[in-house]
Amino acid sequence: MSIDIATAAKVAKLARIKVEDDALPALAQEFNDILGFIEQLNEVDVDGVEPMVSVTPMRLKRRADVVTDGDQPEKVLKNAPDAREGFFAVPKVVE
Amino acid sequence: MADLNNMKIAEARDALRKGDVTSLELTESCLSAIEGAGALNAFVHNTPDLAREQAKAADTRIKAGDAPDMCGIPLGIKDLFCTKGVPSQAASNILKGFKPEYESKITSQLFDAGSVMLGKLNMDEFAMGSSNETSAYGNAVNPWRRGNDETALTPGGSSGGSASAVAADLCLAATGTDTGGSIRQPAAFTGITGIKPTYGRCSRWGVVAFASSLDQAGPMTKDVRDAAIMLEAMCGHDPMDSTSADLAVPNFEAMLTGDIKGKTIGIPREYHMDGIPEEIESLWAEGRKMLQDAGAKIVDISLPHTKYALPAYYVIAPAEASSNLARYDGVRYGHRATLDAGDGITEMYEKTRAEGFGHEVQRRVMIGTYVLSAGFYDAYYNRARKVRTLIKKDFEDVFAQGVDAILTPATPTSAFGLGEMKDADPVQMYLNDVFTVTVNLAGLPGIAIPAGLDKKGLPLGLQLIGRPWEEGDLLNTAYALEQAAGFVAKPAKWW
Repeated sequence: MSIDIATAAKVAKLARIKVEDDALPALAQEFNDILGFIEQLNEVDVDGVEPMVSVTPMRLKRRADVVTDGDQPEKVLKNAPDAREGFFAVPKVVE
Repeated sequence: MADLNNMKIAEARDALRKGDVTSLELTESCLSAIEGAGALNAFVHNTPDLAREQAKAADTRIKAGDAPDMCGIPLGIKDLFCTKGVPSQAASNILKGFKPEYESKITSQLFDAGSVMLGKLNMDEFAMGSSNETSAYGNAVNPWRRGNDETALTPGGSSGGSASAVAADLCLAATGTDTGGSIRQPAAFTGITGIKPTYGRCSRWGVVAFASSLDQAGPMTKDVRDAAIMLEAMCGHDPMDSTSADLAVPNFEAMLTGDIKGKTIGIPREYHMDGIPEEIESLWAEGRKMLQDAGAKIVDISLPHTKYALPAYYVIAPAEASSNLARYDGVRYGHRATLDAGDGITEMYEKTRAEGFGHEVQRRVMIGTYVLSAGFYDAYYNRARKVRTLIKKDFEDVFAQGVDAILTPATPTSAFGLGEMKDADPVQMYLNDVFTVTVNLAGLPGIAIPAGLDKKGLPLGLQLIGRPWEEGDLLNTAYALEQAAGFVAKPAKWW
């Protein structure tokens, strides 16, 4: 599998990271180096092997579906780059 | 009393109880050591006022009697831990200015036990790195040098600041985290002890997430006894972390008898790798001999899928990172890019993340995005998770054969020079974790202890891997090895 410049651009877009056009060839090359290393996994016979979900055999604990926390909007907004009138503010999303 | 900062946890605990020293004196000694160690760039946010306040409270508690072992002990905290009201930015520009409104579970437990926080420690950005060179704070520097050669060496990573601070006696001990070797590799590079416990032992709540199925916190200390004391204070069930184990935490220190007669130690043949320096091979052979002389039975074992651990890790860890790091979007905390007229929310995300994440973090997020994307999920991500199942089974098989612990080298080299790997491709850097990463994939406890010096005068470490949840037994084997190795060397002070 070889990653071309268009694929590198697509991945950057999916990851929501702006990559300038002139940086794409080097990025594609780095992807190819890393994926080349990962390709070794194709040597392993994984027929009938279950993909690992949890490294320790444990069942997720359950609890009653009730509110356990909340009512602290000031704390929630404290670190926001832009908070107004009790809300997170973002650029206009809908016209 | 001079040089109180050189003390170990156990010594300080006993001296505090005898009234020979106060926590405030210990704390002041560490604070002035930190003041004089700017060249190491280990501490990146100092909290002297908080430290003095906590030390005074600890002294009152110790005087009243019945204080826990960690009471009054000055610690450094890796920047990955959220600490209330104190900058916690995972060494990333994207979290610049972030001051959590809450305290991580582990630091809460340590503070409840009376420990003192001196400040936050340098690390690789989001714990992604093996040399502390990806940090937004700049490199942390190893207090060790190659003899009289003044080349600045890496303390390893990602817990590089923690390792440097403990090795240079800027604090009595530090917290670290380990996703692929980030406690054990820097411990080995700086001649200190570091243990990653079984996955689920330490709560991940309030620890900035990198790869959630692999991340575990642990202590970085000056010896095995200190690791036992501090680990006990860090462990315990936490309902806020759904993967936290609801198991009793033993008194690890009480298990340090040094008696390993009749224990079976496995030596995995796949860890004899091409290109590993002769010095590392011979140190490993010496370690084998030491454990044998201490009465352990040594057996050669096979962990057949070892070779595939690093490639599997470099699918699974970036995949989880790409999901975890999606939260850094410039909306709720941290950095937001300045926008141009007409920019919408997508441009805000893209510019914010391009400005806030460093190169290695961007690369791993994008690799993770790729291996999870439609059409590649099965070929990469699911295949890696299947290989992970096989890697864990390798360990289960040898434990079922009666092996109690496994002895390996900790790292493939001693500490290298900062910048020396600059032109290497990323895979070369990833090879640092070749001996440690299997342990994270299998969720097992692993400890690195210093065992000797190489020809350049740099410390080398050995790693012991234990059975799940048997940190006490593992620490005891490490204690026996520590006694036999008798490593006491310290870096000559140049900073």
